[in-house]
Amino acid sequence: MIYIENVSKSFTLHNQGAAEIPVMARASLQVAPGECVALVGASGAGKSTLMRMIYGNYLTASGRIMVGGVDVASAAPREIIQLRRRTLGYVSQFLRVVPRVSTLDVVAEPLLATGTSRDAAMAQAETLLTRLNIPERLWTLSPTTFSGGEQQRVNIARGFAFPYPALLLDEPTASLDPTNRATVLAMITEAKARGAAIIGIFHDHAAREEICDRQLDVTQFTPGLAA
Amino acid sequence: MTPLLQVESIAKFYGTRIGCSDVSFDLYPGEVMGIVGESGSGKSTLLNCLAGHLTPDRGAVRFDTRADGLRDTITMSEPERRMLGRTDWAFVHQHARDGLRMNVSAGGNVGERLMAVNARHYGDIRAAAIDWLGRVEIAEDRIDDRPTAFSGGMQQRLQIARNLVTGPRLVFMDEPTGGLDVSVQARLLDLLRGLVREMNLSAIIVTHDLAVVRLLADRLMVMKDGHVIETGLTDQVLDDPQHTYTQLLVSSVLQV
Amino acid sequence: MSDYNFAYLDEQTKRMIRRAILKGLAIPGHQVPFASREMPMPYGWGTGGVQVSAAVLTPDDTFKVIDQGADDTTNAVSIRRFFQKTAGVAVTEATTEASVIQTRHRIPEQDLRADQILVYQVPIPEPLRFLEPSEVETRKMHALEEYGLMHVKLYEDISQHGDIATAYAYPVKVEGRYVMDPSPIPKFDNPKLEMAGIQLFGAGREQRIYAIPPYTQVVSLDFDDYPFLPTKADHACDLCGAQDSYLDELIVDDAGGRMFMCSDTDYCTTRRKAGHVGAQGVPYEKDAA
Repeated sequence: MIYIENVSKSFTLHNQGAAEIPVMARASLQVAPGECVALVGASGAGKSTLMRMIYGNYLTASGRIMVGGVDVASAAPREIIQLRRRTLGYVSQFLRVVPRVSTLDVVAEPLLATGTSRDAAMAQAETLLTRLNIPERLWTLSPTTFSGGEQQRVNIARGFAFPYPALLLDEPTASLDPTNRATVLAMITEAKARGAAIIGIFHDHAAREEICDRQLDVTQFTPGLAA
Repeated sequence: MTPLLQVESIAKFYGTRIGCSDVSFDLYPGEVMGIVGESGSGKSTLLNCLAGHLTPDRGAVRFDTRADGLRDTITMSEPERRMLGRTDWAFVHQHARDGLRMNVSAGGNVGERLMAVNARHYGDIRAAAIDWLGRVEIAEDRIDDRPTAFSGGMQQRLQIARNLVTGPRLVFMDEPTGGLDVSVQARLLDLLRGLVREMNLSAIIVTHDLAVVRLLADRLMVMKDGHVIETGLTDQVLDDPQHTYTQLLVSSVLQV
Repeated sequence: MSDYNFAYLDEQTKRMIRRAILKGLAIPGHQVPFASREMPMPYGWGTGGVQVSAAVLTPDDTFKVIDQGADDTTNAVSIRRFFQKTAGVAVTEATTEASVIQTRHRIPEQDLRADQILVYQVPIPEPLRFLEPSEVETRKMHALEEYGLMHVKLYEDISQHGDIATAYAYPVKVEGRYVMDPSPIPKFDNPKLEMAGIQLFGAGREQRIYAIPPYTQVVSLDFDDYPFLPTKADHACDLCGAQDSYLDELIVDDAGGRMFMCSDTDYCTTRRKAGHVGAQGVPYEKDAA
């Protein structure tokens, strides 16, 4: 489902003396449907960078990143938008939403964007929010004022609203209490069971052990750090 | 899939000064594209060339017309272009008073585009106006008030209703949230996002506010000195800018 | 008489105005620019109408002037005397006897014939002016037949007054093409715009001439659910008893006593001469003193 071959990336900081910082070299990775792969490595090794390259958020200098038949590294913006709408989901560490929009609408949006009827989308959003223990009195409020843990759960609900065949999870269990952590792990397991290919970053050691089929140390792709 | 708008090598000069030069892109149905750049970068000149308000010196702007498919709007006759301007196209001005008739009631403002395409039933026109005022969150009992009695945010929402009532397919927006309070901006952004999705609108938004494009635009075009210096997915351009100027632009935004 | 060229204007000017009139007749309802001359009267007193009359008058014509239907108001009397003096033409107050009638704000009740010309004094010829102040833009709207704005005005009327409250200068579409301001005639007169006579409109200050040829279709704009209705006071004339004429309302004493009478004085007088008497009227002969 996800097939990464020989990708490289560097940042050029034009406004700081055109410093060129190589951050990724010859990275390769394959994830099959129903498989969950954890990215590991020290902070700064490039876990998030690789994740963002797969999502198309960072440009890729060379190599191929095939997701559901689309090469993210060379695809037109329009193709990536389409890919993100129906194929590739991403749960980031940060919730970025329009202020004033209700939590229910935030969660239902990926469904509405793919043409699900408003009623069905809202019903699904309610189910997810209930499961993640977001109190019903908060549903009509904007999540911008929520606590960190609540925002994280809203973010997860949104990321799991549509059954994407490929999922990128950046620290999905960070800042969650044990109950909610268990719920999120169950949701990830269910996603695997329906055949989703998952790449995740988990600092939570136990969680990684529980749900990931294998680990990939990205340090080997980090220029200057590789052994 | 046929692009809704196909822009090819547009250039506009003011004497020897460059307004915008060598701009090309395709816009597909349902896509929202942002154009950012500082004042004088040529983004408004470009928008006005695309919308038929200015005649570019070079290039083609092809629009997928309902009747005949892709047609160059620059070489088509003025009546045809003006007809597009009040049916399939909409233009939202930065200053609502440029896009509204200030001496005509809110209902009349919304109804004008309907009457321009030969709606001749008062009751139907008024019902459509009430429906659209509701969709932009203006109370029905304000329908007979003039826009002069409205706040800036309401005027802007009225302008949007007036533009969208004929179900256009392409909306040009020039700094749609400029000059509004931050809280009013958020409400407007939310409204625009909902309408874009519900009506499957394509839009081109010119702004210097990077937060606005991050929330509204799928794609981004960065302009400087009349040239396009960088294009791409909105979040990619903002999070991984390649060009010197874009990096400066992104790093110059004040954090709150 | 020898002090002036016939009908005041020099022949070159009259030819220029006649060309504008012919063009106006060829394109019914279209406003034709013309080089309006200074006339010995202020703008707003009918300088446009006077120039058109001067251009169409011949020595054999019989001339009538009406101001809001009346032949005996200052404006009507002044213009009538002006052409008596400068053209030496015969004048009349009788609609049927006149060959050229200059009018302000009314169309005579009596149907006009094919050998009669009606000349209107027009203050503002552009019907779109009040909603679109730019002349460049309104000309383009006429050229491209973009008349939606005209209905916005009617929409505003209904939304504010519950009905189309425009009672005079009611916009019309001429021969299915140009939207035209019929000058400030009451909308009661609009149906009469389809007539046998030639209708010429002159706006002096605005330097525009337009025309409606005989038997031209003239449709008053309206909405499907608010159709055009020519209205008048719901009375009969108190002097002549006419049920079908446009009426003026007069306050006749300090106690609020009112009477309605025909705005068209010739029509009223003709009827009274024929023996018609209204509710407050007296037979014609006794009144004559």
